[in-house]
Amino acid sequence: MTMDPQITIARRIAKELRDGMLVNLGIGIPTLVANYVAPGMHIYFQSENGLIGTGPIPQEGLAQARLTDAGGRPVTAIPGACTFDSATSFGLIRGGHVDLTVLGGLQVDEEGHLANWMIPGKMVPGMGGAMDLVTGAKRVIVAMQHTAKGKPKIVRRCTLPITSARPVDLVVTEMAVIALSNGRLRLVETAEGVSVADVQAATEAALEIAPELTSPRR
Amino acid sequence: MQTTTLESAVERIPDGARLMIGGFMGVGTSERLVDELVRQGKKALTVIANDTALPGVGIGKLVTANAVRKVIASHIGLNPETQKKMLAGDLHVELVPQGTLIERIRAGGYGLGGVLTPTGVGTVVEEGKRRIEVDGREYLLETPLRAEFALLHAFLSDYLGNLTYALTARNFNPVVAMAADTVIVDAEHIVPVGVIAPDHVMTPAPLVDYLIAA
Repeated sequence: MTMDPQITIARRIAKELRDGMLVNLGIGIPTLVANYVAPGMHIYFQSENGLIGTGPIPQEGLAQARLTDAGGRPVTAIPGACTFDSATSFGLIRGGHVDLTVLGGLQVDEEGHLANWMIPGKMVPGMGGAMDLVTGAKRVIVAMQHTAKGKPKIVRRCTLPITSARPVDLVVTEMAVIALSNGRLRLVETAEGVSVADVQAATEAALEIAPELTSPRR
Repeated sequence: MQTTTLESAVERIPDGARLMIGGFMGVGTSERLVDELVRQGKKALTVIANDTALPGVGIGKLVTANAVRKVIASHIGLNPETQKKMLAGDLHVELVPQGTLIERIRAGGYGLGGVLTPTGVGTVVEEGKRRIEVDGREYLLETPLRAEFALLHAFLSDYLGNLTYALTARNFNPVVAMAADTVIVDAEHIVPVGVIAPDHVMTPAPLVDYLIAA
């Protein structure tokens, strides 16, 4: 069975959620993680434009123009939600109150540095909240496809400008789960039907292979 | 606080002025203040705001109208016109991490000489800045930002100018209200004094200079 790689990634990251966590999801694949929260688990999702308790996209006709996510799209607020200004929002982020952030990535290097905010000369969107999130969240997970146009995104050294000097904690791709362990990248899981050799062939960075390496059934 | 018309509020803003504008992707930005800036043909403005929204929305309209010379923002990625003008050299864009931007504005409004943030240490954001160690951790010294005018969008204003904001339209508004010489407010509803309970006031009335009459 083949599954959309983005969904494979989002479902795997959802397993990292724990009841009661304050979680900030970036745009793209990270946003999909919210679709796979285990039944009965309560997660506080933060939108950095000033909301905790971000709910699903509203039904057609029920959008409220003053209730949006960090991309400016209409969202809902679940019971118990709260709103605040941007200084408070980034105090939550920088101050270590956010338990987990999930962000997209362009490159991750051997030391766990993430580059995800610009391609010099080509794409200069600005860092938005990404630098604060990587620097300040308790745990940082990168959600990205393993390669881009056949080229590895997990590289020896980032050639793109990094987002933070703080290394990420976990990288989840459609092929593998890679953790940062003692400052090095360690392959801890391969996706169903993917071998260690497959992962290594698609990765430029050196990977330690975890002795307890698992290949979960999905 | 004075009530005023939209037209005369915007007439106070000269070409070349430095403005802080509340809003996040246009949510919490006064569209009619922006429209009036464009109508009056303002030029060479410096805009300090989270982003430049989209073409046709909020600050995006100022970019399209070539009213802006410089933008200090955290994100311009959703407005291709901003990127195009930046790459063509027609618009100077200073990109600042969002948490740093709001703290620089807060510092400007709260009388602080800057803030120390770990965000940006070891990245291109560090270039030209002082790195300061406090208790074994490295921080960047980020300097305060102020402006001549702040343009706010509020949900409620009472007759004195006490303000509240709605949901995610609050964002930068209460912070920029502290950091400008002249604060101009567009409120969705103007209500009698007392309708906003003291505990619910988010921006105190003495900060507001001009309230646009409904």
